[in-house]
Amino acid sequence: MSDDTLTESRPAPEQIKDVVIRFAGDSGDGMQLAGTQFTASSALFGNDLSTFPNFPAEIRAPQGTVGGVSSFQVHIADWDILTPGDRPDCLVAMNPAALKANVDDVVPGGLILVNTDAFDERNLGKAGYDENPIDNGSLDTYTVLKAPMEELTKDAVKDSGVKGRAALRSKNFFALGLMSWIYTRSLDPIIEWVDDKFGADTPVGSANVSALRAGYNYGITTEAFHHTYEINPAPLPAGEYTNVIGNVASAWGIMAAADKANLPLFLGSYPITPATTILEELARHRNFGIKTFQAEDEIAGIGATLGAAVAGSLAITTTSGPGLALKSETLSLALMIELPMIIVDVQRGGPSTGLPTKVEQSDLLFAMYGRHGEAPLPIVSTSSPSDAFDAAFEAARIAIKYMTPVILLTDGYIATSSEPWKLPDLDALPDISRPYATHNGEGPFLPYERDPETLAREWAIPGQTGMEHRVGGLEKDSQTGNVSYVPENHEHMSHLRDAKIQQIQADIADVEVHGDGTDLLVLGWGSTYGAIRTAVDRVNKEGLSVSHAHLRHISPFPKNLGDVLARHDRVLIPEINLGQLSKLIRAEYGVDSTGYNRVLGQPLRARFIESEIHDILNGETS
Amino acid sequence: MTTDTKRFERSDFQTDQEVRWCPGCGDYTILASVQTYLASLDIDREKHVFVSGIGCSSRFPYYMNTYGMHGVHGRAPAIATGIAIANPELTVWVITGDGDALSIGGNHLIHTLRRNVNLNIILFNNQIYGLTKGQFSPTSELGKKTKTSPMGSIDRPFNPVSLALGSEASFVARTLDMDRNHTISMLKAMREHEGSGLLEIYQNCNVFNDKAFLDLTAKDTRDENRIWLEDGEPIIFGPNGEYGVTFDGKGARIVEVSQVGRHNIHVHNASNPDPSVAFALSRLAHGPYGPTPLGIFRNVPVPSYGRLLEEQITRAREKQGPGDLAKVIRSRGTWTVE
Ligand code: SF4
Repeated sequence: MSDDTLTESRPAPEQIKDVVIRFAGDSGDGMQLAGTQFTASSALFGNDLSTFPNFPAEIRAPQGTVGGVSSFQVHIADWDILTPGDRPDCLVAMNPAALKANVDDVVPGGLILVNTDAFDERNLGKAGYDENPIDNGSLDTYTVLKAPMEELTKDAVKDSGVKGRAALRSKNFFALGLMSWIYTRSLDPIIEWVDDKFGADTPVGSANVSALRAGYNYGITTEAFHHTYEINPAPLPAGEYTNVIGNVASAWGIMAAADKANLPLFLGSYPITPATTILEELARHRNFGIKTFQAEDEIAGIGATLGAAVAGSLAITTTSGPGLALKSETLSLALMIELPMIIVDVQRGGPSTGLPTKVEQSDLLFAMYGRHGEAPLPIVSTSSPSDAFDAAFEAARIAIKYMTPVILLTDGYIATSSEPWKLPDLDALPDISRPYATHNGEGPFLPYERDPETLAREWAIPGQTGMEHRVGGLEKDSQTGNVSYVPENHEHMSHLRDAKIQQIQADIADVEVHGDGTDLLVLGWGSTYGAIRTAVDRVNKEGLSVSHAHLRHISPFPKNLGDVLARHDRVLIPEINLGQLSKLIRAEYGVDSTGYNRVLGQPLRARFIESEIHDILNGETS
Repeated sequence: MTTDTKRFERSDFQTDQEVRWCPGCGDYTILASVQTYLASLDIDREKHVFVSGIGCSSRFPYYMNTYGMHGVHGRAPAIATGIAIANPELTVWVITGDGDALSIGGNHLIHTLRRNVNLNIILFNNQIYGLTKGQFSPTSELGKKTKTSPMGSIDRPFNPVSLALGSEASFVARTLDMDRNHTISMLKAMREHEGSGLLEIYQNCNVFNDKAFLDLTAKDTRDENRIWLEDGEPIIFGPNGEYGVTFDGKGARIVEVSQVGRHNIHVHNASNPDPSVAFALSRLAHGPYGPTPLGIFRNVPVPSYGRLLEEQITRAREKQGPGDLAKVIRSRGTWTVE
């Protein structure tokens, strides 16, 4: 077979509106890469898309076992989609464990592409299969497509210079090539990427390209693969797009905020899954003058961040649940001193180490209340990978304007997923700068004098003449900032710190209500956005009267939220926790809601929310 | 950097806050030494930042008319690191105690030292928890009876100088609260050194641990117990210079000069890149009991963390040009929808 792609005698592909594909294999099989490249090629083609990578918790789970399966799900469509899809229409299973771990999710009648070479006795045993599921009829409800990917890959790469078992490493490219054939994707962007990454002429580069082409050609020449599919470009609003991963968007949002605040950017952080890639992204941009500091622990991470805020930087620390717990003490100091700071909590399954690589929304109450003393602060939440840019910018705006630490909540799903993002006009972003303090030399400088409107104090930084002052964790006099143990002053300051946060309500956007149905409001926050919106749109199409509201601000709540809740007969709050927002809503508005609460380490699925809505409106849930 | 036209008086560095240490506390003397030293410099008041943790000594920033921050227990080195990195123009001081630096903040201390962040760390070692009214600390001697160790402490103590040298701190020194001139000369050497410096000050807590340093302070014992380390000088001490320090295969040893001969006495070299000699000197005394070295153990040139970071920024700008976010958000491939 020549190295070139065969001239296609492609039978007319079946036009479909969308497809959910899950690439699954052992952690070493390169499925994340295959999924990412399939996504990139689809993005360039103009599809709308949404991805969901799913990693095993252990870095080296035993090979071939169900615990070691890594997967990447991508939803591509010719319409505006919001989720990576509930269930795959097509599963690529590189080994028996990948099949076992994922087959139950595949829609009945869906496609399953298996690498038959991996289905030997040993691998079947490791996956816990007594007999080969490919042959025993257990997959009869699906369309199973078989390819001996390892043999074919070895054959394809034999001239590349890659020898022995190393040749098998290219089998993900074989799978990618074959999938590109089935779903009518161009190989060009992938080949370009390989060239960029490895050099097309290097042994590894040429092996990958050969395997890719071989996979594609196998589709052309093998009758079983002659039913192919095509998904047209989606009619997205005109503009320039990129496919953005949530943590990267958070990092870029912070960079944009530093620019618009005209402040040097400092990030003090300690590596923790799934937050680390924000630190990694910011560390790449030293030429922006960004100072990233990888500290010895979470506490030093926020400590240095607070120090940078003292010195006048836009100061950020990033973490996940266990780290937020460690940062709590310094966070209280930051709000006591009243300095701007952003704490990004990329939530994961807890408590304790919990499910480090999986999504959960269970830090909400901790973000709200996890500090000693009366210690309110603003909380901003992120609803999707591309939204992370705006959310980070908004968190910075509030922090700087009100001289307060702000918690930015995202989660493990947003962190690693991607979706198309219409690039913003950076010049059009608002100016969020605040001048450092000034003092005319008359009388003493009063570091805790407040702007009557924002209640924010002045920001005088070391190096500024005539404003030398001391700050600290002890209660301070409301004017001078000097230590004060006067009981009335402490009570006054406690109220003042609370009022400062509460009145931010006047400066945040109202929560938008999607739909005009009044029978039920589905209220959400964070990464459940896509699933809730999809479910609400579906039931409204069926004629139900349901609306969706999604919170950007959780502390304080938007000022119209009380009215919005009152306008609806019932309220459903789906969350990836055991009902934390529900508690806050009840406490604040006295409104009892119905919860839809799952903690499976997975994003919520639209169809379950949909059936929950049906149940409620059919009166099955009180 | 003393100039002829002295810009400041000590009072320029005093605040209007009432100093609230117990009468007779060694902290007063240290405060006076620091204020005197700062007044001798030609550095603007606003360029100094004092950062402390929690404890008696950590009240210090409130009494310094500079920028200051009273932080959280043990975290002053971390907070100060952020300040020093964010603005390399500042002179940043960390005020800490034995509990603050070595117990709750031990991790931050060793990492700050190894990183060589540009900080001047003053460790007030009084070998007791004073603010909480007298519990044993990580430098209290074995067997010490306190309210939390009524039968005697079974906690083996740290030697802070050994710990700092073990962390490869580039500047490590020790002094006594009551010796203001020596304290000032140590402060000066520490400030002029690039990177992290640790100055341990034996500080008397006259309320909860009085006379802990008697061997080094009492008139009748101090001369035979103070081993002054002078760079480039043989280490000789005693009322009449009768004792000295030599190195043999087993480390540093105290000898009588007359028995080994003056030429066999170890000549102190604070700039020795190998920290093991300084470490051996620090092991001559496990606490302030008997002959104890005072002065600069180690003072070596190592680029500070802050400088290396600034250099990376300069290099990145030379290579990539100034940051352009519009370019960054397009760096992962884009497509256009018409
Ligand atoms: S308790 Fe001891 S260390 Fe604290 S102020 Fe009093 S004398 Fe000084």
